[in-house]
Amino acid sequence: MDNFWTTLLYAFLSMFVIFNYGMLLGGVVYKIIARVHGRFGPPVWQPYVNLVKVMGVRTAISHGIMFWLGPVFRFAGGIGLFLFMPVVFGSVWMQNFSFSGDLLLVIYFIFFGQLGMALGAAESGHPYSPMGIMRGLAQVTVSEVPFALAVIALAAQHGTLSITEIVAAQQGGIGNWNMITNPVATLAGMMAFLGMMMHAPFNLHLAPQEIPVGPPTEYHSNFLGYMQANRAFFASAKLILFMNLFFGGATNIPVLVGKTFTLYMFAVFVGVVNPRFTLENSIRWFIRIPTATGIIAVLIYTFKN
Amino acid sequence: MKELIERLRSKFNAKNIKEQRKNFVFITVEKKDLEGCVLYLKEFEGYGHLTLLTALDWIEKDQFELVYHLHNYFNKTDVSVKTFIDRKNPTMVSINNLWAGARVYEREIKELFGIDFPGCPRVNDPFALEGWHEIPPMRKDFDTKKYSEETYFPRPGRYTKDNVAQMEEQLYPVEAEVKNGIAETVRKK
Amino acid sequence: MTEADNEENKIIKPDFSDPELFCTALPKEVPRMNNIIQKFYDWAQANSLWLLAFGTGCGSIEMRPLYTARYDISRFGIAPRPTPRQSNLFIISGYVSVKTLKRIIRSYEQMQNPKFVIGLGSCTINGGMYWDSYNTINRLDHYIPVDVYVAGCMPRPEALIAGFDELKKRIKEGRGEGANEYAKNFAWYKANQKKIIKDWDMPDYNW
Repeated sequence: MDNFWTTLLYAFLSMFVIFNYGMLLGGVVYKIIARVHGRFGPPVWQPYVNLVKVMGVRTAISHGIMFWLGPVFRFAGGIGLFLFMPVVFGSVWMQNFSFSGDLLLVIYFIFFGQLGMALGAAESGHPYSPMGIMRGLAQVTVSEVPFALAVIALAAQHGTLSITEIVAAQQGGIGNWNMITNPVATLAGMMAFLGMMMHAPFNLHLAPQEIPVGPPTEYHSNFLGYMQANRAFFASAKLILFMNLFFGGATNIPVLVGKTFTLYMFAVFVGVVNPRFTLENSIRWFIRIPTATGIIAVLIYTFKN
Repeated sequence: MKELIERLRSKFNAKNIKEQRKNFVFITVEKKDLEGCVLYLKEFEGYGHLTLLTALDWIEKDQFELVYHLHNYFNKTDVSVKTFIDRKNPTMVSINNLWAGARVYEREIKELFGIDFPGCPRVNDPFALEGWHEIPPMRKDFDTKKYSEETYFPRPGRYTKDNVAQMEEQLYPVEAEVKNGIAETVRKK
Repeated sequence: MTEADNEENKIIKPDFSDPELFCTALPKEVPRMNNIIQKFYDWAQANSLWLLAFGTGCGSIEMRPLYTARYDISRFGIAPRPTPRQSNLFIISGYVSVKTLKRIIRSYEQMQNPKFVIGLGSCTINGGMYWDSYNTINRLDHYIPVDVYVAGCMPRPEALIAGFDELKKRIKEGRGEGANEYAKNFAWYKANQKKIIKDWDMPDYNW
């Protein structure tokens, strides 16, 4: 029992650290995008100000129980994803609740948030929200396909479903990273990464011009606050997951910050120079090359053992 | 251009021909000849583009005047056809079968002047005014300033910097007051 | 334009005072708290104004350069949002015709409680160039409460940024209470609105 309470305390501490990291990451990305456009951009702490403003709105209109539960599910998905993943390898207080088999649980949590959001948005009373929900769900589903295949290939390679053991197998120099020992799975995983980070070219359902038909249309005041906080958690959790799976994990916090920032910059730089795909185009793109790469990765390890 | 004008004069009895610029001619025809004239210009002379259809209010003559501006893509000339219709019961033949775009013009004229175009689809739909219960506002007997002062709350303290009015009040106050009083009374009629 | 003319497209108008179908509640005042947390919220509201991307008139052409690199209002934390639910600043840019006023009222009433209005251009102040027109209103603050007016025809983007500064100062002092004013004088505003919008086909309060 003592172990459980200590782990819980450490989990809250790491949640606090990662929440601030996610908010500042969002602010820095706004700054970088603005500098690429040649202007100054908002200050780095702008996501905090947005969150406080949205929590300070005095009235809120609710459309029913499911409407309120939508952001709650999404937030639960984000925090759940984070809590069951080891953050820093070998550290005492950043282990969270990781256990063996958490690789599958993590994939479940990534999808769970979007499903809850869809249910909530359907009750929002907006006549076009089913269209936006259909687009968002299709986007998330199709970008999970190469990711699941890459994960299966990794599990077959290392013979385990625990993220901690996968990270342990990658220690000892850059030659041991999964990027080098299993490049096909890494390629499939990184292509799925672009879809999951929701930057261009895959941000149709979040684009400002498309928002009036999307899930977040009717959400305001506290509901929007939950979604904004979730964005911080979810983004950092996904980055840490990818870092653990393909790029060797981190043994201390500065290395964690460096690696996840570089990974996020990859998505942002691809996003800044590309226009948006429509939904049919992005589904076709994902089903062709990334899925083929994932299937090849799985087949290599099927016939190797 | 001159041959075209001769043909129009002989076929449709076009009057009052005025050359506004080179390659731009205004002609006037009777109301009964207008549809035929416009159809002839469109089909046989190549004036296939209706630039504008508009109306004027001649309240002293008790008539409305309709102007149809037509343009020729091939030799880049313009002909504008005018007619006069009665102001008491204003109706006109609709030309929406020749150009679909004429539907919008006729709807607008119906709303702003009150000229009816039977045969034009959706001619009674409101165009720019919603819930309008007065006389059509572009007629000359509609006092728009009075309507605006009564309906929309004007902000007090608005003054004019018109030089003539200011100097009149300064130099000849009594005459200016009498003149303004007469103007107000006449406008209220 | 009478009812009898619409025989072919008869629109069935619902009864907006039916409590089964529509919520007939009127807006409520939510007063400010008088402590340090309210000051913190005021500071956050002033530094993160999200404006409704609805260009109501000719002045919206002066709003577009603000998002570009030269004038850049994103450094003040101002971002455009497409829905009135998520925005707290509404810029009424230019003249307001009767048709537009109906849509402005519908959008304004859907915004949540701390909400601010900037009247851009002289037409919102006293009617401007269209003071004697049969279709444009003369005084905007008889229909919705206004916080800041920016005079000009049209004011340049620098003038609009000065208007934002003035609005932020007003919010931080605690005077940005347009929504509460609207709730308090709701009957007067509604009577003014119904006087000029003669075909009223929406509920009394579009929450």
